[in-house]
Amino acid sequence: MSEPTMTDAEIESDEELAVEAALEARKHHPPDSVYILIALGLAVLTAVEVGLYYLKASTETALVLLVLMALKFSIVVGFFMHLRFDSPVLRRLFVTGLILAVTIYTIILLMFGIFHF
Amino acid sequence: MAAITTTAERGGLLPPRFMKRPRSTEGALGWMTTIDHKRIGILYGVTAFIFFLVGGFEALLIRLQLATPNGKILTAQVYNQVFTMHGTTMVFLVIMPMSAAFFNYLVPLQIGARDVAFPRLNAFSYWMFLLGGLFLYSSMLLGGMPNGGWFGYAPNTSITYSPGHNIDFWVFGLLILGIGSTASAANLIVTTLNMRAPGMRLLRMPIFTWMSLVANFLLLFALPVITVALFLLMFDRQWGTHFFDPLAGGDPVLWQQLFWIFGHPEVYILILPAMGIVSEIMPVFARKPLFGYPVMVFSGIAIGFMGWGVWVHHMFAVGLGPVATAAFSVSTMLIAVPTGVKIFNWLGTLWGGSLSFKTPMLFAIGFVVMFTIGGLSGVTHALVPADRQQTDTYYIVAHFHYVLFGGSILGLFGGIYYWYPKVFGRMLNDTLGKWHFWVTLIGFNLTFGPFHVLGLQGMPRRIYTYASNMGWNFWNMVSTIGAFTIAAGTLIFIANVWKTHQEGVAAPNDPWDARTLEWITPNPTPEYNYIEVPTVTHQDDFWHLKYTEDEAGRLVKVADGAGFIQRMKTADDHIHMPSPSFWPLVAASGVPIIGYGQIYRFWAITALGIIVLLGGLFAWGLEPGTEPPDPDDEPHAPPALSAPEAAGELAAVGASGGGDLALTSGDGFTPAGTEDLDD
Amino acid sequence: MTELAAHPPTPHAHDAHHATATGISNEKMVMWAFLGSECLLFGALISTYLLYRHKSVSGPTPHSLYDIPFTSVSSFVLLMSSLSMALAVAAIQRGDHRRLRVWLSTTALLGSIFIGGQIYEFTSFIRRGMTIKTNVTSGAFFVLTGFHGVHVTLGIIMLLSLVNLSIRGRIPQSKAEVIEIAGLYWHFVDIVWIIIFTVVYLIP
Repeated sequence: MSEPTMTDAEIESDEELAVEAALEARKHHPPDSVYILIALGLAVLTAVEVGLYYLKASTETALVLLVLMALKFSIVVGFFMHLRFDSPVLRRLFVTGLILAVTIYTIILLMFGIFHF
Repeated sequence: MAAITTTAERGGLLPPRFMKRPRSTEGALGWMTTIDHKRIGILYGVTAFIFFLVGGFEALLIRLQLATPNGKILTAQVYNQVFTMHGTTMVFLVIMPMSAAFFNYLVPLQIGARDVAFPRLNAFSYWMFLLGGLFLYSSMLLGGMPNGGWFGYAPNTSITYSPGHNIDFWVFGLLILGIGSTASAANLIVTTLNMRAPGMRLLRMPIFTWMSLVANFLLLFALPVITVALFLLMFDRQWGTHFFDPLAGGDPVLWQQLFWIFGHPEVYILILPAMGIVSEIMPVFARKPLFGYPVMVFSGIAIGFMGWGVWVHHMFAVGLGPVATAAFSVSTMLIAVPTGVKIFNWLGTLWGGSLSFKTPMLFAIGFVVMFTIGGLSGVTHALVPADRQQTDTYYIVAHFHYVLFGGSILGLFGGIYYWYPKVFGRMLNDTLGKWHFWVTLIGFNLTFGPFHVLGLQGMPRRIYTYASNMGWNFWNMVSTIGAFTIAAGTLIFIANVWKTHQEGVAAPNDPWDARTLEWITPNPTPEYNYIEVPTVTHQDDFWHLKYTEDEAGRLVKVADGAGFIQRMKTADDHIHMPSPSFWPLVAASGVPIIGYGQIYRFWAITALGIIVLLGGLFAWGLEPGTEPPDPDDEPHAPPALSAPEAAGELAAVGASGGGDLALTSGDGFTPAGTEDLDD
Repeated sequence: MTELAAHPPTPHAHDAHHATATGISNEKMVMWAFLGSECLLFGALISTYLLYRHKSVSGPTPHSLYDIPFTSVSSFVLLMSSLSMALAVAAIQRGDHRRLRVWLSTTALLGSIFIGGQIYEFTSFIRRGMTIKTNVTSGAFFVLTGFHGVHVTLGIIMLLSLVNLSIRGRIPQSKAEVIEIAGLYWHFVDIVWIIIFTVVYLIP
């Protein structure tokens, strides 16, 4: 595990902090246009999903819908929630809960015979 | 979630008088507004112990009723309430909060922190526990206590088969308790990951802190599942839904699945803290490091993970089919592996050690032996054909009492004896402690040992009486005698506590010659924990300061522990602790009000509860971090306060009204100088 | 003693710059922990719905009553609210308080439109004979979407509180992380809907 990143208590004025924050912002945070583009992509995916709904219902459409859903999910989590660029600790916290949930509930649904093979 | 105050801003949006955040930590009000993790730990411990007496009393009622065939002490209806409350109390109101008492008191100390990450949230969790427990027991005066078993199986708990409010109290009571525990779990996880002292790498943390971390992860992820189950049950009972109603296409097995997905990790939540305690005690009383510390850590983590994969073993007789049953049988057998590893490591810790059989050590050894017995019967349940005979008999009752009483309770008592001097500044009497231990151990085995026999002889669980020609009379009587023996042991413990506090002999700071950081604080631990946050260089750092090993591997004393005990705070020290707060208690009290409103369909009361809760949360979020401005804040002007005043007027720090606490940079332990004035 | 006096804790500069052992702020970590646990909560509700989808014995079921075009618009609205939320966070990170308030208000507004849509949808279902207790499918549907709706509503309240605080100058640029954390909650509520929309509405 990483060594603690503690430093001596740094006395910074609010001004200095603001400058620092602005530099941070420009370094790590994309301009608004990037978010708008991502949102547009999500909108397109949603339109595709709705379109698929009107096709003949089948296992294939269901699978594609699930894939699209997972894609939208990952995009929002990774980019809007910034998990792609944040510390791995946060990713582990969230993904553990997610994988646990998916695994356990899949097992339950299997036991109820929901998925017909 | 996050509060937006800064230390510089006071009063803020609400009238200053209204928002006046308390400063004093004195008196009853001090305890009601405390956000100090140590006080909260003590509150949890005392409250849990009182519930232990209540749950124990319920056990005695059960044993009186079953001592003889055709018992007449309790009717069937009352018996159902008593065994339900006994189980619910012991699980949710005793073992979990007693473990929380230890988490709260020790985790910040063991990692070298000044408090938990969110002190007010910590207080809120305690109040939810107390109020949830009181809410559950208020049912006694309001029509009858919950009577559907601690596991509340549908459709028995449906409105059809459980008219009346008994189960409603159970549902809402558990929801209240669950919210508190979830918040506490998140709080402790963040604390453990984020607030470690410099040098306190994860694999240098004391083993108790590790087991707590795993248990808190289990809590965080398991409680939501039972929350959903409870809501579904509530909707079936109150709003006419059909989640567990087979006639409408619902499935009672869904309740069981959701309950046990929570319920199995729950039992690891119940045992891991006690395992952590035993792992702390044994090295100290064997004067040897814990055998295989990394293995102990990883087996704890393994138990945490694998605990999610075994829940169906509570449902082997439900008829889920051979695939599910066989798969979970295998996973259940596998989980015995990391558990067994721990047993061997404890034995390895004792082997070749310089053993001291003081009370904490007796309880720790008792844990290992009793838990092993319980674990062995557990392994027999893993075999499905065997379990089909054992399930719903007293054999199962034997198993879980061996692991939960012989395991958790003995471990927790060991912890109480071990850390008593640190928490209260006094030592519990060791002779009385030994009496407590032996009387309890004998009583315990007399009570629960026979259950193995009774179970295999076919005595079912949850029956309120039995006929005299079943062949069960003898062992039931023995068991009842055992139960009263346990009660006697408990009385000895109470007498010990009473005597200890009457006599007031102060304990030395490091009475056990211990290994971990918390022992370097003065007794009892001061509000701010460490005068200087230590820098950690080893696992069991305190031990390494006192001892080293010569070429032959023998212990050589390097320094006296007393030399490392930290000094008390003086007026020159600028340690900022968060101020107390009313709002956690206020917000928490809104929740049972909502519960009553929902049970009695009194919308006005529900609305009142929501207002109190939301109002409390808003005020909590918006209250200033400190009240009023603290002259101590000026780095260059020494405060004109005397030491006692300074203790009462410690200012808050941190943007979240006490969220992040300032860690002063540590430059190692400060050898104690003269004892300064006590604050 | 003098060593301690030489390092007084900073009176103002805390929050994101505060030293934690992982470098992540306590508030952010606790929010992610909470969201991890919410996966288990919503997972149970979604599984209950999946279990009971075809198990009803009587009464209209959700699938027969859906207005997919309407719900698609609702979903789009919620998705766009995630965009405005991200823009709000970006704004305060740049120190643009006016835009922060604009985007936070937009998010709250879009969220409210979504809730309005939900209420309209639910009342139309109820009028057409499907309530929470009609059958197991409708029960599972209303509980799942109801829990989600409550989460959105609490989010809206939180967003409006933040707008209020910003107006009163209580959210300086150095406190941008608070908005980011509120954003995490909001986006999570959005991704739960992404799942619900597909699994409950779209999948045949």
